[in-house]
Amino acid sequence: MFDIIRERLHQGYRTLNYPFVSPSISPRFAGLPSLEPTSCKGCEGRACLAACPTNALRITAEGPELDMGRCLFCRACEKACPEGKITFTHEHRLAAYTREALIVRGKAPEDIEQPGIRQARGTQKRDLSLFARSLKLREVSAGGCMACEADVNVLGTLIYDLGRFGIEYAASPRHADGILVTGPVTENMRAALLDTWQAVPEPKIVIAVGACAISGGTFKGSREGCGGVESVLPEGSVDVYVPGCPPNPWTILDGILSVAWKKHAAK
Amino acid sequence: MFNYRESVAWNDIPLVSMDALCSFAVERCRRNWRLLALFGVPSPSGTEVVCLLADASARLLDAVRALPGRAYDSMTPQCPQAHLFERELFETWGIRPEGHPWLKPVRFRPAEGGKRNARPGPGQADYYRVEGAEVHEVAVGPVHAGVIEPGHFRFQCYGENVMHLEIELGFQHRDAEHLVLTSPARLVLPIMENMAGDTAIGHATAYCTVVERLSGVKVTDRAHILRRLALELERLANHTRDLGAIGGDTGFLPTSAWNGRITGDFLNITSELCGSRFGRNLLCPGGVKWDLDAELCRSLAKRLRAAYRDARGSVDVMLESSSVLARLTGTGRVSFEDARALGLVGMAARSCGVAVDARMDWPLCDLDNGTLHKRMRTTGDVLARTLLRSDELNDSAASAEADLMQLGFSSGEEACRVSVPEAMPASRLAVAQVEGWRGEVCHVGITGKDGSWLAYKVIDPSFHNWFALAMALRGEQISDFPLCNKSFNLSYCGHDL
Ligand code: SF4
Ligand code: SF4
Repeated sequence: MFDIIRERLHQGYRTLNYPFVSPSISPRFAGLPSLEPTSCKGCEGRACLAACPTNALRITAEGPELDMGRCLFCRACEKACPEGKITFTHEHRLAAYTREALIVRGKAPEDIEQPGIRQARGTQKRDLSLFARSLKLREVSAGGCMACEADVNVLGTLIYDLGRFGIEYAASPRHADGILVTGPVTENMRAALLDTWQAVPEPKIVIAVGACAISGGTFKGSREGCGGVESVLPEGSVDVYVPGCPPNPWTILDGILSVAWKKHAAK
Repeated sequence: MFNYRESVAWNDIPLVSMDALCSFAVERCRRNWRLLALFGVPSPSGTEVVCLLADASARLLDAVRALPGRAYDSMTPQCPQAHLFERELFETWGIRPEGHPWLKPVRFRPAEGGKRNARPGPGQADYYRVEGAEVHEVAVGPVHAGVIEPGHFRFQCYGENVMHLEIELGFQHRDAEHLVLTSPARLVLPIMENMAGDTAIGHATAYCTVVERLSGVKVTDRAHILRRLALELERLANHTRDLGAIGGDTGFLPTSAWNGRITGDFLNITSELCGSRFGRNLLCPGGVKWDLDAELCRSLAKRLRAAYRDARGSVDVMLESSSVLARLTGTGRVSFEDARALGLVGMAARSCGVAVDARMDWPLCDLDNGTLHKRMRTTGDVLARTLLRSDELNDSAASAEADLMQLGFSSGEEACRVSVPEAMPASRLAVAQVEGWRGEVCHVGITGKDGSWLAYKVIDPSFHNWFALAMALRGEQISDFPLCNKSFNLSYCGHDL
């Protein structure tokens, strides 16, 4: 018993006062992309397009634009661009309310990395304020590789302490306000995902976490379904998209808070 | 026979009759070889079957191939480790192993060349059933109560006692092996890293090794050390998490809570290497993409020591608790004989006294293994799997720290990446065996006439080891299932691919 208490004292208090304090994330972490406008004239071979594993980039008259819903944040395009116009900031808050808002055009704002709650990209498809005080989510892993699931799971641990925001993972869809989906949705999970979603009472929300769930990610070309959540659930059912492969846990937490945030005072 | 670090020409692999292939494999397995892989490869004259066998004592591999036609006599009755490979052959290529004791689909996917839509999904099949007045059946999944991957479990119970557990997977099947063949080269490595996301380093190392062995590229020692560092960090994170989960399932909550956090500390160290907590985007054929300078090595070594201290302290208080030990002892036993016969790998096998560890059996380079030892236990129960993880925590932490020191001292002396020719040589086969944290990750790559992939086989340790969970549950209480399950913590997507 004494050993347990001694160890408890050693282990200390670890919960971070997020979002009022910026989490420390590795300097090598690739966050929000920043795309400097360019004509791409000097780059005949379209170096970034040739480098991107998931075809997340497009070249427009104003230069490249990047679809975070497909992006693996692998930095291959950053290395490939001969003009150095594609870079990644350290900003971890990437969630969006619409698929379209995941497409990044232009440079990231200078003050992007300020701590605090930040409005997610795009506009809500419907009013989500009903869920602000308490949100119970049923997690559905539909072909995920377990990395997204691990980063969703880890939010329950001491550092993140999801419970203090009134957010919990429910064991049954009937007890949930919505589902959080990871994975590209394989053919063999299609029915289970639909059933789970249908079992959640109205009004309900859907959060798609990870490149897989948003677009199929690395498994997009599969013969076994794998087109992401929106290839199975009806149009307009996804309320929040959290990009990354896998997203950092802080990115996921920010994504969930873009639904379940009621004003807290800083501690 | 060939050296495991070399590739062989496809045409040098003897083509024999399917019966000869089977008796060859059975004979070898009787003499302590292991069935490494058995899978189909398309050829103009029908599906060829390739069989790879491994002898760890001599570090030799052997390969034979055959054209079985539509059916052959199953080797599973004589060589149980073939059971799942034969089911896979049947499902994917329609080759029927006559006399297989339990010929069911593995992933509930259509056969190659068959219609893609018509199928019964997993969970819609017949199960092994025990009949009797007081016997009942319990079904769990695919969607579980926690945040985990989907799978279906069917228990045959007599009262609380489990007579039989059938594990049905396939929900996660993404057709990943086929995707490897059809995807552009730049997408292949990310797919490998996503085969089983908690073993990204294991699978990426295996893939890179296959490519390097095919192309005859030697990577630098520095790259090997960086890869080993990442692999041991992966082991540390996963073992720490599993030990916490075992604490959670025995009701010992302090360790469960602390280990959740400490797992994150290890993952965050990996993230310092490459920006991703799961080591995505660290490796590449030819070496690694990111190097470490002396200062970063020093600060990471410090963080590693602190995380290890926390993990050790947290696990030790759990292992000193007599109620925890009582709960773990004797629960979910797998016998040495079963482990050998089923061809279990990794930690699950070592906890039953089967001495397999690819780090020592099939080293990836000539560097000394340092503090890494083949840790063994003999009781095969949850306790053995727990203590084994606890022992490996020590080894891996010491190894990772030593590697960080070494990398710090020698920074700048050697590059961490060499170039790899764009095209691979035509019609060759190479194998890689990497000891991921669960066990041996085995990849086999075969190139076609144009040097692109003709076949690519991925065997995650979970492929072999799921059956061990079923064996562990025999005769146990159904309430032991969560604890037994955590003590293996197998991958669903690694199995389903
Ligand atoms: S970082 Fe994203 S956009 Fe750039 S190459 Fe990688 S996947 Fe493509
Ligand atoms: S998005 Fe990436 S990390 Fe998440 S489940 Fe898919 S492959 Fe795994």
